[in-house]
Amino acid sequence: MDFLNALVALSNFVIVPAVAYGSQLALGALGVTLIYGILRFSNFAHGDTMAFGTMGVILATWWLQGLGVSLGPLPTALLALPAGIAICAALVLATDRVVYRFYRAQRVKPVILVIVSMGVMFVYNGLTRFVIGPGDQSFGDGSRFVISALDFRAMTGLQEGLAIRTSQAITLVTAIVVVAILFWFLNRTRTGKSMRAYSDNEDLALLSGINPERVVLVTWLIVAALATVAGTLYGLDKSFKPFTYFQLLLPIFASAIVGGLGSPVGAIAGGFIIAFSEVTITYAWKKVLGHLLPESLEPDGLVQLLAVDYKFAVSFVILVVVLLIRPTGLFRGKAV
Amino acid sequence: MIEVHDLHKHFGGFHAVDGASLRIAPGSITGLIGPNGAGKSTLFNVIAGVLPPTSGRVTMAGEDITGLPPHALFHKGLLRTFQIAHEFHSMTVLENLMMVPGGQAGESLWTTWVARGRIRREEAEIAARAHEVLEFLTIDHLADEKAANLSGGQKKLLELGRTMMVDAKIVFLDEVGAGVNRTLLNTIADAIQRLNAERGYTFVVIEHDMDFIGRICDPVICMAEGKVLAEGTLDEIKADERVIEAYLGTGLKNKAKTEAEA
Repeated sequence: MDFLNALVALSNFVIVPAVAYGSQLALGALGVTLIYGILRFSNFAHGDTMAFGTMGVILATWWLQGLGVSLGPLPTALLALPAGIAICAALVLATDRVVYRFYRAQRVKPVILVIVSMGVMFVYNGLTRFVIGPGDQSFGDGSRFVISALDFRAMTGLQEGLAIRTSQAITLVTAIVVVAILFWFLNRTRTGKSMRAYSDNEDLALLSGINPERVVLVTWLIVAALATVAGTLYGLDKSFKPFTYFQLLLPIFASAIVGGLGSPVGAIAGGFIIAFSEVTITYAWKKVLGHLLPESLEPDGLVQLLAVDYKFAVSFVILVVVLLIRPTGLFRGKAV
Repeated sequence: MIEVHDLHKHFGGFHAVDGASLRIAPGSITGLIGPNGAGKSTLFNVIAGVLPPTSGRVTMAGEDITGLPPHALFHKGLLRTFQIAHEFHSMTVLENLMMVPGGQAGESLWTTWVARGRIRREEAEIAARAHEVLEFLTIDHLADEKAANLSGGQKKLLELGRTMMVDAKIVFLDEVGAGVNRTLLNTIADAIQRLNAERGYTFVVIEHDMDFIGRICDPVICMAEGKVLAEGTLDEIKADERVIEAYLGTGLKNKAKTEAEA
């Protein structure tokens, strides 16, 4: 029995990675949920919007690095974020102008917009690969760890080490700041309230003199910012590869739906639920159990419920279960 | 105020509005009655820009407003309420009212961050106005209640309140009385008459409650099968043969006649 070591191992392999991953999913799901609440369709292009925004950040980062600019221990990508957001916003606004607005004017059914967004997804997908290529890109610089496992062991004298990567710390801090600004904006400012009004009741919002095109414009700007930030944080934490972002679509949608589509609080809760489920189910518990159980009961196997290769199955199963049992999600979003 | 010329609205083969023409006099409270399916609500929806007309023209004070979107009509002073009361359910009653005057300074992304003081002053003014409106409607005590928690009648009052947040010229009320208890209905009728007298609102009211119509409306327009049948005071309308026929059908009309003669 060694409770402290078990706790440290658990933090190192489950809690810290899941919190970082959960923040990334939450930011992604917020974008999806805003589009669903206001534009009323499931945006399948969201994963590739994230990839495109991140690509903008990477290009800007390389340019800054070429100029010799650096943030010291922090990644230069943080400095490049505004540029990436601007590039991403330009892309989604242009898409809205030439694609979505046409369908909006015709008041088409949401399912048609979903199919349209899939078309947009393929275009973004190709665009990103055309510019930056399909391969892995690494763009994180600055110091790698806030605390490394070695330092932690030296500091505490424990057998297990706890490593917190800079990217994980940045992810959490950035996510908290972004979410705080977003909620302040939605609940306190007139523009944010117009967005909520439009989401609550579109007809009434129109008859109250709210200009729908302005609401849509602001929504796309916020979504572009959220997507770029989420994508960049994920890229810093793992690595950037266009295909991975396309795959992220599933856990992101699962997060938004588990929380309740259209509910921003739900999107955040959903992000953490999915992240913790995915990490705990694919984690090999042998080490933690080894510390907790008496020697005679120590497991021989890895005690891993599911191989990491199948991690997307976790989101998928949660998604199906939620849709069967409570289609409006935890926070009573709109029915799917 | 509003003139409708030979308006048609077809849904596939169904002619919901079939060549309706009418004039709404400025400063009037016009009642719009007719049996179910007469095309009253569709007519409202076409005038209010919710549905595009199949053909025909709508003018407001001589200006062609056919097919303008609802938010554009709002800025011209044409407002409407819904048959089933609508509200922003996630917001309080006060916030619901404060949404209304479109084009506030706070709506621009830029001023949201830069001109905080200006926005605060403007919102204070709007809040004061919203409180006045709530007092007028006798629901001031509900200001901080979530709109979703209001009763059906209170929601109708809230809808009426929304039209009072701006200086509306003409307000279309779609069955304000439906599902509302007597006391609240009186409050609504009072509010309509006071708004008409004090602020010069023109009202067009769809309603099935003839007492309500008789009490506040003059003239009354009767529609049936997408056309305008008759126009006049409620008593004239009630005496009109075509109107009785539309409501009761020919057989019943004859029966009612013979009973009345006997």
